Amino acid sequence: MAKIAVTSEGPNLDARVDSRFGRAAGFILVDPQTMHFEYVDNGASQVMAQGAGIQAAESVSRAGADVLLTGFVGPKAFQALAAAGIDVGQEVDGLTVREAVRRFINGAIPLTHAPNHRRAQQ
Amino acid sequence: MPEIVILSGKGGTGKTSLTAAFAHLAQNHVICDLDVDAPDLHLLLHPRPRHTEAFISGHEARIRAAACNRCGQCIDLCRFGAIMETDPPVVDPLKCEGCKLCVSRCPQTAIDFLPRHCGDWYVSDTRLGPMVHAQLFPAEENSGRLVARLRQEARELARQTRRDLILADGPPGIACPVISSLSGVDLAVVVTEPTPSGRHDLERIANLTAHFKITTLVIINKCDLNPAQMAAIETDCRRHGLTVIAALPHDPAVTAAMLAGQTVTEYAANGFSLHLQNAWAAIQDYLSHNRRKE
Amino acid sequence: MIIAVASGKGGTGKTTVAASLAVVWERPLAVVDLDVEAPNLHLFLEPELTASETAFMEIPQVDASRCTRCRACVDLCQFKAISLLGDALMTFPEMCHGCGACMAVCPENAMRPGRRPLGAISWGHAGPIRFAMGRLKIGEAMSPPLIRRTRQKIEVLARTGAADIIMDAPPGVSCPAVNAVMAADVILLVTEPTPFGLFDLRLAVQAFDPLGSRLGVVVNRAGIGNRDVYRFCDQRGIDILAEIPFERDLAEVYARGGIIAQARPAIRERFRQLGRKLAANREPSTADHFKAVRHA
Repeated sequence: MAKIAVTSEGPNLDARVDSRFGRAAGFILVDPQTMHFEYVDNGASQVMAQGAGIQAAESVSRAGADVLLTGFVGPKAFQALAAAGIDVGQEVDGLTVREAVRRFINGAIPLTHAPNHRRAQQ
Repeated sequence: MPEIVILSGKGGTGKTSLTAAFAHLAQNHVICDLDVDAPDLHLLLHPRPRHTEAFISGHEARIRAAACNRCGQCIDLCRFGAIMETDPPVVDPLKCEGCKLCVSRCPQTAIDFLPRHCGDWYVSDTRLGPMVHAQLFPAEENSGRLVARLRQEARELARQTRRDLILADGPPGIACPVISSLSGVDLAVVVTEPTPSGRHDLERIANLTAHFKITTLVIINKCDLNPAQMAAIETDCRRHGLTVIAALPHDPAVTAAMLAGQTVTEYAANGFSLHLQNAWAAIQDYLSHNRRKE
Repeated sequence: MIIAVASGKGGTGKTTVAASLAVVWERPLAVVDLDVEAPNLHLFLEPELTASETAFMEIPQVDASRCTRCRACVDLCQFKAISLLGDALMTFPEMCHGCGACMAVCPENAMRPGRRPLGAISWGHAGPIRFAMGRLKIGEAMSPPLIRRTRQKIEVLARTGAADIIMDAPPGVSCPAVNAVMAADVILLVTEPTPFGLFDLRLAVQAFDPLGSRLGVVVNRAGIGNRDVYRFCDQRGIDILAEIPFERDLAEVYARGGIIAQARPAIRERFRQLGRKLAANREPSTADHFKAVRHA
């Protein structure tokens, strides 16, 4: 099954999902079959003058993720993720990483194919 | 959490004085000064910083004179004309874009690439609530990212202190910092005045907020200055589908309040303050309306 | 000579002063609006714009057939305008600063110069005055390159008529403003005598003083506020070259899109005097009129 990357505020499955993608604290890469995970720090992207989203997309792609779960992905990062063939599930902030993965496995997180540019609307 | 940004295109329309008054009228909010180039809000709110942090962004090249063999390659390569043809060549930090081209191509590896300290930002207390603000060093660039950083800090502060509104004094113009100040906000309030510049800038801001699909309200300040321009602006607003929530007459109380270091609604309980209270009520209506839509 | 009209923040009357100075200037003149995010000077001078061009910035275009995915450009680009995602090298034109590093570093010559529009430069005449302006494209984040191109345009226009140049600079003290005023002989700072005005003037002096141009101050809306701006200028040895009184009829002229120097003979005379003080700065022999204002 697909390898899942989840933006995370901390280094384990009980950390909260970081609502930001480009400037997320880090990513947790989860194998949903075994729930084995590893943490990838995203500190380098956070201090970038610009392009943090694109940098983060590169990192997630290089880590071998097929799916990304996060709060919000901007248009350029989305373009980059699409180019890398990574599906994106958005607006999963407010959960722990473990809950987010569980919901994804249960099919409760729709994978979007366009950036949620303005999630405050509707 | 709702975020409101007050914008004006050009300066001098009274944007900051009005933002300060709204900061006085609002409840349970975090105040954010995103005009990081020329922040004036602090002159009315007198923030006491409880946390100061350096804003480091990007890099700048610096040539180590001892290692440089004066080959001049960097001078030819730099597209920003940032390397002065002195002996030894020196990087002009005002022109250096931080692209690293010279650093990577120098045959003597004589050019360092140093993190750039562009300014400082603060989390402060004010009599009207917590405030996030900053001061970019003169001539520094990249204020767009500082704007993004301040908004992030304001959201974090609001979460920690259980406050449910962010009120931001926006940057001037329509470029990078303004775009940073707009992405994902719930409501933009544009302050304009009945002058050709005011009208022209309103049009440009309206195009920008339309581009980002952000609900936009308009306040016409110094509305008694020119009835013809005033009517023209109202027509423009109708055409763009913008609601004018207040037309404020010129009032010397604004300058007097500034001299007293107060917001105008604190300083004078006059008709002007009443107009502002009504405007603030209208803003709150729009916010709750927006939230119902969600 | 080149005079930049600038201010620590917008709305101090910078454009009004630039327009007024332009109409009383006693030598051949070229005027440029470098406030490309919000160009307004044309609303006052009403020039006839006879030509325009799109200003572009050079950005890379990838020749995928030559690219070996070596990452050299990706690793060097400081602006994240090029990314290798899976097997695809992607460019993000709106992120690009046009530094050319990717093209210089590519070992396969797989980068061709492409271009991205920044905005428009228009030019023409306002009566005898040569005029040019830049206007940034909506949504474009990079104004300094457009400012540089627009400044080059007015320099060319001025050279053909041996004209002086008055530049209406962007407000504020960040990168775009510094880019605009960099070549000026005199930087004229417009302020108002209020706490906001003083704070912004301080920032402007801090930003522009290191450029080595002479600084002068115009106090607009004189009569409101207090005397702190005057004390500051006195302490820093910066000459106040003109004061424009705060009077309702001037505010109304401005609101109509009129030029305040044309409102009343007395105001016109003030701007003419300002113009003469600035012009005296042109020749070293008469530089006493405008005493050196810089402090190391």
